[in-house]
Amino acid sequence: MSTLHFVALAPFIMAIIIPFCYFKFRNIHTGWFVLPLPLILFIYLLTFIPFDGQLFQPVEHAVPWVPSLDIYFTVYLDGLSLLFALLITGIGALVVLYSIYYIANKNNEPLHNFYVYLLMFMGAMLGVVLSDNLIVLYVFWELTSLASSLLIAYWFHKEKSRYGAQKSMLITVSGGFAMLAGFSLLYVLAGSFSIREIVSAADSIAGEPLFLAAMILILLGAFTKSAQFPFHIWLPDAMEAPTPVSAYLHSATMVKAGIYLVARMTPVFGTSAEWFWILIIFGLTTLTWGSISAIRQTDLKGILAFSTVSQLGLIMSLLGMSSAALHYDIVNTETLYTTAAMAAVLHLINHATFKGSLFMAVGIIDHETGTRDIRKLGGLMAIMPVTFTISLIGLASMAGLPPFNGFLSKELFFTASLNVASLDIFNLETLGFFIPVVAWIASVFTFVYSMLIFTKTFTGEFKPDNYSKHVHEAPAGLLISPIILGVLVIVFGFFPNMLAYTIIEPTMQSILPGLTSGDDQFYINIYHWHGLNAEIMMTIAVIFIGAAIALNLKKWQTSFFFARERDPLNYVYDGALDQLVIRSQQITRAQMTGRLSDYMLYMVIFISSLGLWTFFRYDALAIDLSGDQSIPAYMMVLTFVLLAATLALPFITHRVTNIALLGVVGFLIAALFVVFRAPDLALTQLLVETVMVVLFLLAYKHLPEIKKESKNKGSHLIKGVVAASVGVFVIITSLSVHALRNDSDITPISDFFIENSKSLAGGYNMVNVILVDFRGLDTLLEVLVLAIAALGVVTLIKHKMHGGEDV
Amino acid sequence: MEILMIFTSGIIIAVATYLFMTRSILRVVFGVVMLSHGVHLLILTLAGLETGAPPLLTEEAAAYTDPLPQAVILTAIVISFGVSAFLLVLSYRTYKEHDTDDLEELRGNPNE
Repeated sequence: MSTLHFVALAPFIMAIIIPFCYFKFRNIHTGWFVLPLPLILFIYLLTFIPFDGQLFQPVEHAVPWVPSLDIYFTVYLDGLSLLFALLITGIGALVVLYSIYYIANKNNEPLHNFYVYLLMFMGAMLGVVLSDNLIVLYVFWELTSLASSLLIAYWFHKEKSRYGAQKSMLITVSGGFAMLAGFSLLYVLAGSFSIREIVSAADSIAGEPLFLAAMILILLGAFTKSAQFPFHIWLPDAMEAPTPVSAYLHSATMVKAGIYLVARMTPVFGTSAEWFWILIIFGLTTLTWGSISAIRQTDLKGILAFSTVSQLGLIMSLLGMSSAALHYDIVNTETLYTTAAMAAVLHLINHATFKGSLFMAVGIIDHETGTRDIRKLGGLMAIMPVTFTISLIGLASMAGLPPFNGFLSKELFFTASLNVASLDIFNLETLGFFIPVVAWIASVFTFVYSMLIFTKTFTGEFKPDNYSKHVHEAPAGLLISPIILGVLVIVFGFFPNMLAYTIIEPTMQSILPGLTSGDDQFYINIYHWHGLNAEIMMTIAVIFIGAAIALNLKKWQTSFFFARERDPLNYVYDGALDQLVIRSQQITRAQMTGRLSDYMLYMVIFISSLGLWTFFRYDALAIDLSGDQSIPAYMMVLTFVLLAATLALPFITHRVTNIALLGVVGFLIAALFVVFRAPDLALTQLLVETVMVVLFLLAYKHLPEIKKESKNKGSHLIKGVVAASVGVFVIITSLSVHALRNDSDITPISDFFIENSKSLAGGYNMVNVILVDFRGLDTLLEVLVLAIAALGVVTLIKHKMHGGEDV
Repeated sequence: MEILMIFTSGIIIAVATYLFMTRSILRVVFGVVMLSHGVHLLILTLAGLETGAPPLLTEEAAAYTDPLPQAVILTAIVISFGVSAFLLVLSYRTYKEHDTDDLEELRGNPNE
């Protein structure tokens, strides 16, 4: 165990302690006990950053977990893991601080639940980004889904919370299962669960038939987690969670787990055209769809949720574009193709900062006014100046305005899309021009919804009647975290290069290994001003057209598309879920009839058809009718009477006749035993049959007449045919067994009994010697069966039911 | 001889299957009894029906019938007797409690 293992495990250990703190110190807000942990982890992780400009040296520690299955709890810290771990712990600390003021202690909130879930999530997320072993990664991955659902349903008495939690659980866990299948396929291909070993084997597995299947399954996991189209529908419903949770899980960290996975897997899958196209198409679709849907929302958190969806799509498409770089083995510091990777990493950081601060600002507005509905809000600029400033910075960054950090990543996004469109790989020469066009359109909508939040919330007229509370600025404690994030937005905006060599370069090294050799590394430089190029023109156009649309939005709001706030894909999801329940009930009702005869039919049909199919499939039918002994006349008579009595049984409903026929059959069987030289059998059969007939005659007096079966000819016919087919199946099987028995060289073991029953057991009756001596255990247990049956009979007759008791 | 016996037990088993699918519990019990008859006969047949002396050493014959299947069937007869007797009493008790031995009526409330 190294210290890095404890980075992932410490939150879990802390989660065990937290309930004690909650119950022991009721006066102190539980959040204060949680706060030091992410802070310590954050500072510890900061020490790994190569501030002296050295090449980042990855750290690795392995602890065996299930070594026989190649499962090691290996922590591997490279640039990519470090970036995510810093985001998780840093924003985690800010969110904990914010939640201390957001969820007040006084209302008897179950705070211990909240922080246990939050810590569980933090540990799971750190586990995801630090694990090098795919199975360990999967375990932590599912833990994040679980923790997320628990947090969404934190106010579990609200129906919408439970609905949102169930939806996110169903979607992310089914994606997780697909991912597990993909991991298993990767293991089959590469022979290892270790990500680094798979990366080093990437060249050899690229052409394998399972390669594409593994890729798609893993991408399903990443897309469901990162809310990519069409799996994004759980994210807006997850906004029922407390706002600190939305800020932490559903904007900054958990939804980026899918991004992390895609970035991690880029060295494995990135060389294929499918990877490139799937990421670009789904990323751009999500980007556009999310940004358009955000405009339709009236809830501030709804807008931010769709905005998150859209931004995640942007990062996903950038990761797709960056995989194009893997096709050129040029070590080029100013390379055209690695811009996309740089943009993805930069936007990842930027999005975490500005979206976190925006969620917190929205939480403050909700907290201080009692509503998040943009139709009620307005004119808060003068009343909540600090919140307004934070929001303005966040919104400007989100819209991509200079000088904030969103501008930088948006410019780079345009650059990357223009670069990729000019490539001539993967059929890009024909379709490539779509990419910058779609990117540009989505940016326009991004600008529109950012402006929408601004105008609807902060400008306009202040109407005190709309609010249930006295509206005022938030307390200082609530403002600390968003202020820190807002400051980061500005700092990263003005000094982007402080991120460059510390974190972005090592991260790019992890996403695109093999492009640099030896001590070489990526050197990037981020500028605000590139000169008057295409990107800046696109941004200017975004601002003007976006502003025009935003100002005229009222004209389109009545249209069909804008009238509905809910994403239309939700109807597909709800319908599918309803249909699943209805159809499975229908199947169960149709199949589980509660009729013994139906269940008999199922079993008999299945067994007979399986048997018959096996006969023909394996050509096992071996019927040999020759060589049979001649049948003496008395046997003919015996058999005829036996069969006549048997066949009469189903047709006679008179009970005494039935019992008599049963007796006839039993006694004739005894006679057959006599013929086949089995005296003991004949004796037992006679006795048992006599007792049985007596028993039936005793019981029939107490039983009703056998009812006439229903007149339905069809059901009789079916039963008859099924019964006959069982007979045929038994006959065919037996005949084959009989025929094959003569062919085989196996000699019966009975010779042993015949030779030794006198010498070893001292008995002359071989059957009895076998029963009590050679195979005495059978007899012992058979006696036990009889004893139990007798006890059961006595109980059934003697035991009287008491009131309300059922049989 | 074996072929005749195989057909006989096949028919007995077919009839037993039919009885299982009827509505009266009593007839289902009859089916159990018939099924055990058919199976016992089948075991004996498939072990071979060679004509030897009964498996008694006092006979001092050159060849004996196979004693092992007989021992197996003897065990099976006793067990099936126990089971059939228990089922019979069960059907009796069911009738006493529910006033019917019709399986169709014993299905209960579908909305339960």
